[in-house]
Amino acid sequence: MIPLSHYLVLSAILFSIGTAGVFLRRNLITILLSIEIMLNAVNLSFVAFGRAAGDLDGQIIVFFVMTVAAAEAAVGLALIIALFRHKESLNPDAFTSLKW
Amino acid sequence: MEEYLRPTVIGLMIFIVFNALIIASAILVLAERKIMGFIQQRFGPYLVGPYGTLQPIADILKLLFKEELRPKGADKWLFTLAPVLAIVTAFVAFAAVPFGAETTLFGLLAEPIKLGVSDVNVGVLVVFAVTSMGVYGIVLAGWASNSKYSLFGGLRASAQMISYELAYATALASVILIAGSLSLREVVDSQSGYWLGFIPKWYVFLQPFGFLIYVIAGVAETNRAPFDFPEAEQELVAGFNTEYSSVRFALFPQAEYINMVTMSAVATDLYLGGWHGPFIPEQYGWIWFLIKVGLILFAYIWVRWTVPRYRYDQLMTFGWKWLFPAAVINLVMTAALVLYFNA
Amino acid sequence: MPETVAFYLFAALAVGASALVIGQRNPMYSVLLLIASFGALSGLYIQLDAPFVAVAQIIIYAGAIMVLFLFVVMLLNAPREDAAEWDRTHPLRQPGITRWGSLLAGLLIVQLALALSRMNELSAPVATRTDAATVSSVHELGRVLFTRHTFAFEATSILILVAMVGAVLLARREDHA
Repeated sequence: MIPLSHYLVLSAILFSIGTAGVFLRRNLITILLSIEIMLNAVNLSFVAFGRAAGDLDGQIIVFFVMTVAAAEAAVGLALIIALFRHKESLNPDAFTSLKW
Repeated sequence: MEEYLRPTVIGLMIFIVFNALIIASAILVLAERKIMGFIQQRFGPYLVGPYGTLQPIADILKLLFKEELRPKGADKWLFTLAPVLAIVTAFVAFAAVPFGAETTLFGLLAEPIKLGVSDVNVGVLVVFAVTSMGVYGIVLAGWASNSKYSLFGGLRASAQMISYELAYATALASVILIAGSLSLREVVDSQSGYWLGFIPKWYVFLQPFGFLIYVIAGVAETNRAPFDFPEAEQELVAGFNTEYSSVRFALFPQAEYINMVTMSAVATDLYLGGWHGPFIPEQYGWIWFLIKVGLILFAYIWVRWTVPRYRYDQLMTFGWKWLFPAAVINLVMTAALVLYFNA
Repeated sequence: MPETVAFYLFAALAVGASALVIGQRNPMYSVLLLIASFGALSGLYIQLDAPFVAVAQIIIYAGAIMVLFLFVVMLLNAPREDAAEWDRTHPLRQPGITRWGSLLAGLLIVQLALALSRMNELSAPVATRTDAATVSSVHELGRVLFTRHTFAFEATSILILVAMVGAVLLARREDHA
């Protein structure tokens, strides 16, 4: 029997791993992957809370989060492809031409 | 003693299913070559064993004794992981498919066990999910071989597979609408009985176009002709498995044959009434199941050696512009008819 | 007992695979490790009596989104040595920041775990709180989705359409001869 707090701590650990990936990696694709890790951590939290409340609302929200994550991954990857065609680089620091 | 008997029987059933799949792929190797031979007006293999029946053993032995090559620039882990992924997903997909009614093994067990490795209440989706993971075996094989023929073959094969998954899933959804449940066992059980006393209540009679769409999408999913451009010998050398040899190579066609068996089994369960059939008592329904799966597999092999293969752009056009809209129209009409007849 | 073992196994796989994802130089390995992490999460969803979400996770995340990532990684074959160089010269990679940052993160997680374990409502086992029948029924899920959340469902379908059009448009080649 797993207490709810175990699922929440696991979700927190996964979320922080995702955040660390977004901050520390300098490769656009890895940054997108870390965002997906964060979304999954949140999904786990939702389903755990939904199960604890005996409701289906957690799973409904997860349904929509998955759909939004798919849409965001598609558009994000299209952007990466367009950026790569422009500059032949996947480093976010190569696209700083708006900085003064 | 009773509490050890049941897990033992279940373990035995899983063991039998696993080995049955391996033997089925060996039989399919032979069946393909014999049927190919007869279609092309020649005998197939006839030297090894009576009427060539030991030919698969000769093939497997030959492949085992070949040299295990790996190209120099090939990714060490992914080159070996790709065939492993392909074969594992092929086996796991069959785990959610039921193949027989409940049986008590002649009264040996107190409670009957259901013939099937597992019975999940979302069985249809599990099969779909695991077959969509089969894309990775092929695309990784193409990429990890570090060769342009392999890469093109891998990319084309995976693009083809994910395109035909749409029509596949939509045809599946139409059947699920009528059956009202995602569990494959319940879908089969809702096809028992007869109309007018002699027409069985199979969904192929309610959904003829859906069945056609499902079978075409299934053939495209398993990369079989006429949709086997990415691995055709005459086109891309051998596509994604150009650089593979010996055991790693052997796993790819075996995964393909087991995928064929799984697609035929799911088609049988969804459209052809599974293990229901006349003249045989309910417990031995798995005999009918085997007969129906065998017929669909025969049709697979028959189509391969009769129809010319599609060119890649023709294949993608057909999948996106013809098959998927047809599947959507089928789904909408099915939904309308279900609503009309149930209201 | 087997549930506890399964939970810790899946949790360890998810955390380990995710940690390796952000540490890999080769983006191809990162994608495959993330697929493993998604599989572990799917196992956790099954333990939480959510079979539809578990299967949807495999179909949508591991079977579609990750294939998209894999295609893009293969198409944009950026050399790996550059990635290592960029990571080394990252401004946040000073020893002070990384040490204190990871210490702070560890402290926060420990604090969260302690706080959660002190709360009584959250320490009860998840699976015994309520009946599993309503939560694991796909029939029920469909009914709630299409009656109470119809608007969100339709809005999501338009969102997917917009994303599809946007992705095709953004990734198009600009050279029309």
